[in-house]
Amino acid sequence: MDALHYVHEQLSKKADFPAFRSGDNVVVSYKIKEGDKERIQDFRGDVIQIKGEGSTKTFTVRKISNGVGVERIFPFTSPSIAEVKLLKRGKVRRSRLYYLRALVGKKARIQERKYVKK
Amino acid sequence: MNGLIGKKIGMTNIFDQNGRNIACTIVEVGPCVVTQVKTREEDGYSALQLGFGEAKLKNTSKAQQGHFEKAGTGPKQKLVEFRDFNIVEKSIGEVIKVEEVFAVGDMVDAIGTTKGKGFQGVVKRHGFSGVNDATHGQHNRQRAPGSIGASSFPSRVFKGMRMAGRTGGDRVKVRKLRVLNIFPERNLILIKGAIPGHKGGLVIIQK
Repeated sequence: MDALHYVHEQLSKKADFPAFRSGDNVVVSYKIKEGDKERIQDFRGDVIQIKGEGSTKTFTVRKISNGVGVERIFPFTSPSIAEVKLLKRGKVRRSRLYYLRALVGKKARIQERKYVKK
Repeated sequence: MNGLIGKKIGMTNIFDQNGRNIACTIVEVGPCVVTQVKTREEDGYSALQLGFGEAKLKNTSKAQQGHFEKAGTGPKQKLVEFRDFNIVEKSIGEVIKVEEVFAVGDMVDAIGTTKGKGFQGVVKRHGFSGVNDATHGQHNRQRAPGSIGASSFPSRVFKGMRMAGRTGGDRVKVRKLRVLNIFPERNLILIKGAIPGHKGGLVIIQK
């Protein structure tokens, strides 16, 4: 094992998230610190990309908030993520769904993948 | 100055206790072999000469081969002298490891050779702003340096005028970087921030 992977393995805790992939609809529960109080905020949207590896691996979630597209990048190893819930599996034909950024309304929907290979 | 020679492995990130994402560099530091001990009585100053990395015998001169033989070690890639090395007491031929010199939380300096950029213009090389207009008669002068001096007086260009040329490949020291973690079993050290040079480049980490 090379040194970079060794460090990743030592440092990053194993994320116990459900196995989601691009096109899936997820809720990310994110811890937010306000002063000395901590609360949890949910961010629900579609995963449009997963990139990186080891402790630099991230995923991007896109949602439409008040008619405006909002994207948020979450590191898999972030201690601020309390939970990730998988709501819907999406049927998509590529791993980076950048084309969604150009689409609005009904066209920006992702078809649900109902039959999941075991 | 206490320090060791190392090799830059690459960059990664970790999270601190506040949940902030911190960029850091992984460096393989040591183990370094003491190839010579210089003393005040004999050499006029005290220092440790350390060697790091394996070199091929055929690429080592006879003179250096003799020098390494004295220390009882094989040929080394890099030799660096550290003046007034006082953290550990070592004699010739002994090995110094990461954990003997550095500890988590230390402030260290990193010295390396920056990536070579080749022949570059003044905008990249010296941070000139270029011409900020694309129109108003600029044609093809957007990254030009502009005037390099006055006219008949002094009738020459001053020495040291910043112009285009070879960029990068310089020895650069980055000071006061914090040691975030140490992995003694793999001779690895995690340093906050970036350090000069490409992956696999030799660096000197000192404190």
